[in-house]
Amino acid sequence: MLNGSVSPALPGAALRGATLADEAALPRETAESKLSVQGLSAWFGDQRVLHDIDLEIRPRQVTAIIGPSGCGKSTLIRCLNRMHELVPGARREGQVLLDGEDIHARSVDPVLLRRRVGMVFQKPNPFPTMSIRDNVLAGLRLTHRLRRQDQDAVVEGALRQAALWDEVSDRLGEPGIGLSGGQQQRLCIARALAVEPEVLLMDEPCSALDPIATARIEDLVHSLRDAYTIVIVTHNMQQAARVSQRTVFLLMGELVEEGETSRLFTSPGDRRTEDYITGKFG
Amino acid sequence: MMHGHESRRRALLERGFHALCLGAVLLPLGLLALLVGDVLVDAAPRLSWDFLTSYPSRRAAQAGILPGLVGSLYLIGLTAAIALPLGVGAALYLEEYGKRGWLARLIEVNIANLAGVPSIIYGLLGLELFVRALGMGRSLLAGACTMALLILPIVIMASREALRTVPNTVREGAYALGATHWQVVRQVVLPLAFPGILTGAILSVSRAIGEAAPLIVVGALTYIAFLPRGIDSPFTALPIQIFNWVSRPQEAFMVNAAAGIVVLLATLLLLNGLAIYLRNRLQRRRYW
Repeated sequence: MLNGSVSPALPGAALRGATLADEAALPRETAESKLSVQGLSAWFGDQRVLHDIDLEIRPRQVTAIIGPSGCGKSTLIRCLNRMHELVPGARREGQVLLDGEDIHARSVDPVLLRRRVGMVFQKPNPFPTMSIRDNVLAGLRLTHRLRRQDQDAVVEGALRQAALWDEVSDRLGEPGIGLSGGQQQRLCIARALAVEPEVLLMDEPCSALDPIATARIEDLVHSLRDAYTIVIVTHNMQQAARVSQRTVFLLMGELVEEGETSRLFTSPGDRRTEDYITGKFG
Repeated sequence: MMHGHESRRRALLERGFHALCLGAVLLPLGLLALLVGDVLVDAAPRLSWDFLTSYPSRRAAQAGILPGLVGSLYLIGLTAAIALPLGVGAALYLEEYGKRGWLARLIEVNIANLAGVPSIIYGLLGLELFVRALGMGRSLLAGACTMALLILPIVIMASREALRTVPNTVREGAYALGATHWQVVRQVVLPLAFPGILTGAILSVSRAIGEAAPLIVVGALTYIAFLPRGIDSPFTALPIQIFNWVSRPQEAFMVNAAAGIVVLLATLLLLNGLAIYLRNRLQRRRYW
C-alpha cells in the first residue's frame, strides 16, 4: 500500500499540521526557505564554535554541510532541532526560523520541534531494549496510541522508506541491535521517518559504515529528497557531491561559502573552499 | 629474535602470577566452605521442619526459629519497599536531572561516606528518630526504616553506576524523536539500567538480612512467641535470634544457633536466587 516515496497518510500525519506554538497562522515571509539561519553563533562553555552563520535551507532539497573536523558542522545542525542546548554549558545566539517561525521563541516547545525536525546520528543508536518493530514505533508511541493494524502500516511504511523492509520483514520482533551497522543506521532513519518529520537532519550518517552500506544510505537520501528537507553533515566531499543539491562549506565555525553543489565543486568562489575541495588541507 | 632464557623467565612469571590469582580465589573459598561445613555439622541434629515452625522456648530441644524467620522476611520486604524507590529516585535525580556542580559532588562524597558508617550508628539514629521522635515504637516499621537508611547509600551508588552505563547516544536518539525528559528516562534509560539497579538492590538487601546490630539498638525483641501482625507490631529477626542463642550458656542452644545460621544462609541464598532469576528474565527482553 505504501510506495515509500511521498509521505503516506498514516496516523502520524496529524502531527504534520500542528504548529509549534499555537493555533495562529504563521507568517511565511521566507517562503523560499524551510529553515532560515540568521546570525547564529554557538558556544560550549567559553569556546565559540559557530560565528555568525547566515544560511537559507530550501525545502525538499538535500543540503550538505562540509568542512574539516571540528569546524562546527555538527553543532550547526544540532542547533536546527535544539539538540545543542541539551549539552551542559552549551549556549547560542541568533535565530533559526522554521517556516518563518523562530524555533527558539519562548512559546516553542523543543519536544514538539524535534517531532518536526528529525535527526539521524553519526553512530547508529537503535534503542537496545527494543525490537526492530518497537524501534520504528518508538517515536509515535510517545504521543499516540495506535491500533495494531495502524502500527503494522507505520512499521512497513517507514521501513520501506528506509529501504530496510525487504531485509527485516520476516524478523520484526528481533532486536534492533542485532542488525548490521548499515542496517541499524537505516533502522534509525526509519525510526526518524515514522514520526513524519518535515526536515531530516543527518549528522555524518555514514561515518561508521563500510562503502556498501554507505552507498545504500546515499541511495536512500536520493529517494527521500522529494518528500523531505534534508540537511546532511559529512566530512566526505564525494558524498556531498553525490547526494546534495546545495553545499555549505564551514571552516573554523565560519560559513565560508554556500551554493549549488555542482557550482561549488567545479568553480568555488573562495580560495579556502578551493583548497579544501582539492585536498590541500582537511 | 627469541632468547630462550628471557622467554623462559617470562613464562615462569606468567605461571607464577596465574597461580597467585588462583590462590586468591581458592583460599577464601576454602575457608568459607570449611565454615559452612562446620556449621552444617553442628546444626544437623536440629535441622527439621519442626525447627522452622516452632516458637522459641526455654528448652533448647523444642525451640524453633519461626518468629525470627517470618520477622526477617517481613523486615526485608518492608526495607526493600522503602529503600528501593527512594534510592532509585535519588540516583535518577543525581544522574538525570540534577545539575553537575559542587553541590552534586558534595552529595556524592557524603553518600560514599554514609555507605561506610558502622551499622550500629544507623541503629542509634533509628532509635532516636523513628522509635522515639516519630513515635513508631519498637516496631517492625521502625526496624525497616532503620535498615532502609542503612542500605540507601549502597542502593543509590549502585543505581547511579547502572544509569551511567546507559550510552548518551541512546538518550540523544530519544530526544531527537521528540521525547520529553521523563519519556527518555522512563522508556529508554530505566529499562537499560534496570538489571544493574536490581543487582545493587540484591547486594544491599542481602546485607540487610544479616544485620543484627541496628536491630538490637532499635529494639527487636529476643524472645517472642507470636508472629508480627502488622507494621506496628514488635518483632524479632534471624540474626537477633541467633545472637540470643549464642549468648546462652547451655551447650544445647549452640546447636540451635548453628541451625539458625543455616536457616539464615538458606534464606539469603533463596532471596538472592529469586532476584537473580528475575533479573535474568528481564534481561532476556533486552538485546545486546
